[in-house]
Amino acid sequence: MSNYAYIAWIPLLPLAAFVVLGLFGRKYLRSFSGVIGTAVVLTSAVLSLWAAYEYFFVAGKVDGVYQPVIALKVAWLSFSPGLSIDMSIILDPISVMMIVVVSFVSLMVHLFSLGYMKGEERFGTYYAFLGLFTFSMLGLVLSGNIFEIYIFWELVGCSSFLLIGYYYDRPTAVAAAKKAFIVTRFADLGFLIGILILSFQAETLDFRTLIQRLTEPSPQLAGDVMGSFLGISLLSWGLILVFIGGAGKSALFPLHIWLPDAMEGPTPVSALIHAATMVVAGVYLVARLYPVYTVADPAVLQVILYAGALSALLAAIIACTQTDIKRILAYSTMSQIGYMMFALGTFRPVGAEGALGFTAAMFHLFTHAFFKALLFLCAGVIIHQVHSNEMRDMGGLRKSMPLTHGCFLIACLAIAGIPPFSGFFSKEEILLAAYNANKLVYAVGLFTSGLTAFYMFRLYFSVFWRLPGGLPAGAGHFEGAEAGGGHGEAPASMKIPLVVLAVGAALAGFIPFSRLVTYDGKPMAPHAMGLSVIAPVTLALLGVLLAGYLYLRESDRPGRAAAALSGLYRLACHKFYIDEVYFFITKKIIFNLIGRPAAWIDRNIVDGLMNALGALTARISAGIKGIQSGRVQDYALYFFAGIAVLAVLFIYIYT
Amino acid sequence: MNLSLLVLVPLITAIAVLFCRGLNGVRWVSLAGVTVQLLLSFGLLVLYWRERAAGGMGMLFESRHVWFKPLNIWYHVGVDGISVAMILLTAFVMVAAVLVSWSVQSWSKEFFVLLLFLSGGAYGFFLSLDLFTLFFFLEVSVIPKFLLIGIWGSGASNDGPSARTPRASKEYSAMKLALMLMGGSALVFVGLLGVYYSTGGAGGPHTFDWPAIAHMQLPVDVQRIFFPFLFVGFGIFTALFPFHTWVPDGHSAAPTAASMFLAGISMKLGGYGCLRVAVFLMPVAAREYSLVIIVLATIAIVYGAFATMMQKDLKYINAYSSISHCGFILLGIGMLTRTAVVGAVMQMISHGLMTALFFAAIGMIYDRAHTRLVERLGGLLKVMPFISTVFVIAGLCSLGLPGLSGFVAEITVFMGSWQRTGEAYRLATILACASIVITAVYILRATGQTIMGPVKDPYYNGLADATWNEKLAAVLLGIGIIAIGVAPFWLSDLLRF
Amino acid sequence: MSQVPLSHILFVSTALFFIGMYGLFTRRNMITMLMSVELILNSVNINFVAFNKYLYPDKLEGVFFTLFIVAIAAAEAAVAIAIIINLYRNLRSIDVEAADEMKF
Repeated sequence: MSNYAYIAWIPLLPLAAFVVLGLFGRKYLRSFSGVIGTAVVLTSAVLSLWAAYEYFFVAGKVDGVYQPVIALKVAWLSFSPGLSIDMSIILDPISVMMIVVVSFVSLMVHLFSLGYMKGEERFGTYYAFLGLFTFSMLGLVLSGNIFEIYIFWELVGCSSFLLIGYYYDRPTAVAAAKKAFIVTRFADLGFLIGILILSFQAETLDFRTLIQRLTEPSPQLAGDVMGSFLGISLLSWGLILVFIGGAGKSALFPLHIWLPDAMEGPTPVSALIHAATMVVAGVYLVARLYPVYTVADPAVLQVILYAGALSALLAAIIACTQTDIKRILAYSTMSQIGYMMFALGTFRPVGAEGALGFTAAMFHLFTHAFFKALLFLCAGVIIHQVHSNEMRDMGGLRKSMPLTHGCFLIACLAIAGIPPFSGFFSKEEILLAAYNANKLVYAVGLFTSGLTAFYMFRLYFSVFWRLPGGLPAGAGHFEGAEAGGGHGEAPASMKIPLVVLAVGAALAGFIPFSRLVTYDGKPMAPHAMGLSVIAPVTLALLGVLLAGYLYLRESDRPGRAAAALSGLYRLACHKFYIDEVYFFITKKIIFNLIGRPAAWIDRNIVDGLMNALGALTARISAGIKGIQSGRVQDYALYFFAGIAVLAVLFIYIYT
Repeated sequence: MNLSLLVLVPLITAIAVLFCRGLNGVRWVSLAGVTVQLLLSFGLLVLYWRERAAGGMGMLFESRHVWFKPLNIWYHVGVDGISVAMILLTAFVMVAAVLVSWSVQSWSKEFFVLLLFLSGGAYGFFLSLDLFTLFFFLEVSVIPKFLLIGIWGSGASNDGPSARTPRASKEYSAMKLALMLMGGSALVFVGLLGVYYSTGGAGGPHTFDWPAIAHMQLPVDVQRIFFPFLFVGFGIFTALFPFHTWVPDGHSAAPTAASMFLAGISMKLGGYGCLRVAVFLMPVAAREYSLVIIVLATIAIVYGAFATMMQKDLKYINAYSSISHCGFILLGIGMLTRTAVVGAVMQMISHGLMTALFFAAIGMIYDRAHTRLVERLGGLLKVMPFISTVFVIAGLCSLGLPGLSGFVAEITVFMGSWQRTGEAYRLATILACASIVITAVYILRATGQTIMGPVKDPYYNGLADATWNEKLAAVLLGIGIIAIGVAPFWLSDLLRF
Repeated sequence: MSQVPLSHILFVSTALFFIGMYGLFTRRNMITMLMSVELILNSVNINFVAFNKYLYPDKLEGVFFTLFIVAIAAAEAAVAIAIIINLYRNLRSIDVEAADEMKF
């Protein structure tokens, strides 16, 4: 048994960076902040890799099965004996994999930002917030207590808010940050209520104990404690609500509206938070509670299955019509997360094969982190160069940025699922799991992978090919040699992460993932790639070819295609009008029908009552003040009248 | 530890201030006094822990002196975990309040004297174990509030397009606050008399002594009649719906230090009274009325939050949000599970610190920009980074971000409330949970419009950031918030009863 | 000499008392009010003397009371006149309705 206590340093070091840079970064450390931040995350990444090595290859297995290990447990807030929030660290295959992913991608982003954010006035604050985010995300994936994960969940949301709103004097950025926070908060409400339900049922907050108690039905649990509400058992409600929390963070339809707007933040932030790490938190949460999901009412997993599939499809359709490079990538992220979610939903209780979806989802999470982060960072380089996010301002860039071109191409091939890149392997497993579980979802997944190839290569061709060579005249605010800093494509600090991530995106597929991360800890043999790969790869290649046909050269073919599908095109272009629906509900219904009346009632009715009391008192007082008339004779009259009354009283009544 | 020191120090400081000449003398003497009080409170905390660790049970550091023999009124003081926590809270808020009022120029002597009397009343209230003494200290703190708001306050903003709401002048707000709180005290007094006359059994002596009454079981019909008096009376202090309307006008018209004290401490007098007096002494009636309390508290939470969304004045936003947050206190007390009650006390402390910080930030902004209207402010983060950061931290605490105290208190209340099975209670808990979304909406709207965004008025570009005293006040309250948020175990252990 | 029944004398004094009261409540001239007060006091005097002679003939307490009342009535009249003169100096009128400054 190794001592894993050093794992606590992995999240704590970035926290220290946040505190130091937050307090002193503005005035004293300035440009040195980047180095501090990067060094700290480098240490975390090294420790994570070491921990992964130790866990997966040295000490993690007991009898050939990967066991969860509690590395640390500190009581934080206890509600009653037995029910307490502990700061505990759990190590099992998914958490170890996640700390590697998070710290590694964070390191790449820190490195990239050294060049990208150079010269920013609030450079120190930027790195402080990155440190806060890294701490929160690492804490989230290491959490061994369900309320602990909720704590880090909220902290991640807060860091996201701070980072999206980094350029705070832009109203669009502020609005986007608010939207992200509020939508995820709404989902977190579901998560909170889910926690309350589950912890009440299991009388514990610790993950291991919770899972144990909820999966082995004991007589008391199966009895009247596990009641039901509206015909669905409380346990299912709890699980669905927790899933809703995850859906908000992972931008599943219909809680996805914040993700495209979140692109207002700096591009490295989008790479880290909204591509590789935070948005997968929902997937991670479901994976963490997977044992409970699998023994509960199968309807819960069906919900996850269909929600994921729907998300994947809708996002892919919308991505085909967008013109802002970051928004295309955002919808692509949403689509890929949909894949991960529905993979989790494909569980069948038939032994090891039935849990293929779990491994597939985690594998896709792993590979997606690489190629999506790579895509965003390349987008960052492009945007840095062209000073615009719009595709029409780009074109023919393959000559002026060869390295970015190569990396982008690798990433596109990976995401499209073309062998032998990493995305191919992970997508295959997902589709295989879907095929065995639900043919409809398999069909949707297949079609969406074709669409994915299409829109990604649409982006690729539009940015790097379309024009003969060099940028179109009048593209963005091109200041000649000044663009890109005058040092060519990008500084080394921006190039290294691209190369490293490209290597990862290319080769990560060869990692024997199913030997390491499975639902019950028992290593599975990797699947032989049989005939099932033909359909997806063919569709992907078709998508690539179609994109090339339409976008390789500047032409009116895209316009004609759009006109042919005009109705669907318009719907997709406006993102299915979901934003408008939300706007209507919040502004017209909630504000006007609930908020305004509440304020009105308070001011006029409730307060009016109090004011009326005061007015009544004043009126009565005005009425009886006439008794004090100032006239002696009136007083004398009252005096004698009183005597008369008292006399009658005493003579006739009290004798 | 002689607990009467905690009442005497503010009193002596107030008298000393009366003899000071000049602004500087007044300020520094007040600051010295409240700092001494803060150190005494810490001392009390340490001594308390030591006593408890050594096995002391019940109320600690008790002392009794006869006050008025014919009616069996004694001056009886003592503490337990809840009292110690509240005293510490009051000390923190008072130091911050004195620091924030550094720039009060007109009649500064009277201002500080009144503020110190207010605090003296609060300390006495939290220490008292005799019901009459408790009521005495409660009353001590009502009149200074009236004077503070009426003289040094500022009326509702009447500038700008929102002038269709009627102007609430500071005199009106002061009057409303004083009269409604006195109404509450009147109800409390009726309740206290009811309790008093029902003690002592057949022909025995009546008593106001709280520990003694807590041990005897008051007859159930007495409880049923007088519990509403006590609960509603104290509840008016804690913004019990529908008697909460003094809060928006009162807190907004008050000068910054008075707002901090009012929202931070004075609203907790009610919560403490509800718990200590109404619930502890009348548990049977409390259980019978608990559904009513829960309904009213839930209304306060949700309706208060919705009303906050529509406000246009920063101080009104904070005041209505105080109504919403204090609803959590009443919800926790109403649920009557151990965890929920501990959560209610935690919320008292957390909200006290948080709202004091928020009012301090708003006061700093108002002093500089001379407007509290959200639509007039904008882009303050660029101009006044420290004050803006303080505002953001207070806002994040208000919406219950983990790492700050608001989260700890709220989840304890939620967990405790969920433990009470039954559809009505579960529904109330879910509604209370839903308020976290509404709180996020209004806090972020206020923050987004005032702190972030482009600078609204070029006049703001010349505004100065916080001065040393304001920074110190903010840091002090911030340390309290973060200490509870990051390491809540010390507080939950303190409150174990 | 045949005794006049006590009740006759009491009628007289009661009549005097109520006449005095009526005058006190209705007259506007302050001097006239003073005269009415004197009437009231004297009616009480008659009561005392009558009760003394008819019920306790061998005691003199009633008559002593009467002497006291006479002296005090005289003093009180003097003080009242002084007040009326002062009021006249301020209000230029001895109408009691004019002296109503102590109203709400």
